[in-house]
Amino acid sequence: MEEKVEIIATDEKQEFIINMGPQHPSTHGVLRLVVSLQGEMVKSLQPHIGYIHRGIEKMCESITYPQIIHLTDRMDYLSAHQNNEAVCLLVEKALEVDISDRIKYIRTIMSELSRLQSHQLFWATFGMDLGGQTCYFYGLRDREMILDIFEETTGGRMLVSYNCPGGVMYDLHPDFQKKVKDYIKYFRKKLPEYDAILTGNVIFRERTTGIGTLSLQDAISFGITGPSARASGLSCDIRKHEPYSAYDRVKFNEVLFTEGDTCARYLARVEEMRESLNIIEQLIDNIPEGPYAVKMKPVIKLPEGDYFQRVETARGELGVYVISDGNKNPFRMKFRSPNFVNLGVLNHLAKGFKIADLIAISGSLDLIIPDIDR
Amino acid sequence: MSNISEYFKDVFNGVLSLLKGMRVTAGYFFKPSAIVTQKYPENRKNLVMFERFKGEVVMPHNENNEHKCTGCGICEINCPNGTIEVIPKSIITEDGKKKRAIDKHIYRLGMCTFCALCVKTCPSNALAFSQKFEHAVFDRASLTKQLNKPGSQLMKGVE
Ligand code: SF4
Ligand code: SF4
Repeated sequence: MEEKVEIIATDEKQEFIINMGPQHPSTHGVLRLVVSLQGEMVKSLQPHIGYIHRGIEKMCESITYPQIIHLTDRMDYLSAHQNNEAVCLLVEKALEVDISDRIKYIRTIMSELSRLQSHQLFWATFGMDLGGQTCYFYGLRDREMILDIFEETTGGRMLVSYNCPGGVMYDLHPDFQKKVKDYIKYFRKKLPEYDAILTGNVIFRERTTGIGTLSLQDAISFGITGPSARASGLSCDIRKHEPYSAYDRVKFNEVLFTEGDTCARYLARVEEMRESLNIIEQLIDNIPEGPYAVKMKPVIKLPEGDYFQRVETARGELGVYVISDGNKNPFRMKFRSPNFVNLGVLNHLAKGFKIADLIAISGSLDLIIPDIDR
Repeated sequence: MSNISEYFKDVFNGVLSLLKGMRVTAGYFFKPSAIVTQKYPENRKNLVMFERFKGEVVMPHNENNEHKCTGCGICEINCPNGTIEVIPKSIITEDGKKKRAIDKHIYRLGMCTFCALCVKTCPSNALAFSQKFEHAVFDRASLTKQLNKPGSQLMKGVE
């Protein structure tokens, strides 16, 4: 087990500042970390963001609500479906539209499939960051099948743009139910493989246990959400606390760990994959009949006022805040993205650990850079 | 003494955990039926994309070179990023009335984000997605396409 090493700054000149990124493979995007090192130890680090800033919030002010949906795909592209859903739920809440049960079921199943494929990619890349190249192939192999299910119904693989205010774009493909059921059966068999390859691996355990421990107090004060916070014992699952869509009709456990270290953050995500399978299993056989979209006015105008909606994406809580002046486009749109907030804790976690541990810690936070920069 | 035995136990358990992982890999090594990789350029002939796959926006024409686009411009309004440009013209119908029709329906593939709003909102269902996915070209200008074929006309019965 790694002990937290005390840094004794004997000579300030020994401080060594390096840039990690913006093209570092372990950041999975264009994140630049300016790391100040003492020998191999991280003294402090400063994230520099904005390399992939597209001004999505500002762009939203000049386009209509249905058009906003496809931009939210491009924030956290692995939770594209949940991002879409957040905007749609907000518009439906503001206009007090009642949507059918079928829509709620479809959205919930799709959200959970998204979460599943996101966590699979996390598993794959996290293993690769720590030197286990094999994980990457297995993770992507299983993820590919979910992407195929997406593609068949929505026409898109990652950027699905499947939701629209008042429902979803297309009805489920006739093969959808069968394919999802087959997939659940298939993936339940594959999950023990995940454990055999990575979870039980002694090198992996040694490199993650006790590294980058986040206490419950710090998780709260840094505003961490999602699996990263639940690994520290903070119960923050929006699906439980403020159920939307069909989450109030399913039974599932909120995955909680108390250790708060890198290993717990990893385990929380692997456990969430099992929970996602449970949720889909409860819904897939009872999708009610009904329309897949409610007819909305051709031009959607929100009444004057401000609205807020939050959903649980694969990485934490996404909040959408809209101020409307009664026009067809929002006066101001703000996204509270989980990754931006989670990035804030990186300096706190990595301080005093080796630079190789920094890779493990930032990997375990599962940061998606376009969501940070927006 | 106990220290040494613990040390060897650790080493043994460590090696065991590594072997467990390797067993999975070795299992696949001797099971070619589990291979899912596709040989892409070789299997091009029998590679079929899903029916709903969003490859590019096209305007289906029937055998008489007729399409359903009336030139109303709704797709242009709904496109979030100015990918579509509808250039209308006015024609004189058989009964001598002036009518709006499509002259050029310009589609810039390089700007399209495949949000499907144009296809969904077109009142006469004139647009669709094709399954073509090999979009690489040498010249950017060839990504700007005219969707209505030259000499094409409005299908009969479409208002
Ligand atoms: S494609 Fe459809 S929406 Fe666009 S101009 Fe033609 S008829 Fe109108
Ligand atoms: S798919 Fe979307 S971006 Fe592309 S042309 Fe249609 S409306 Fe525009």
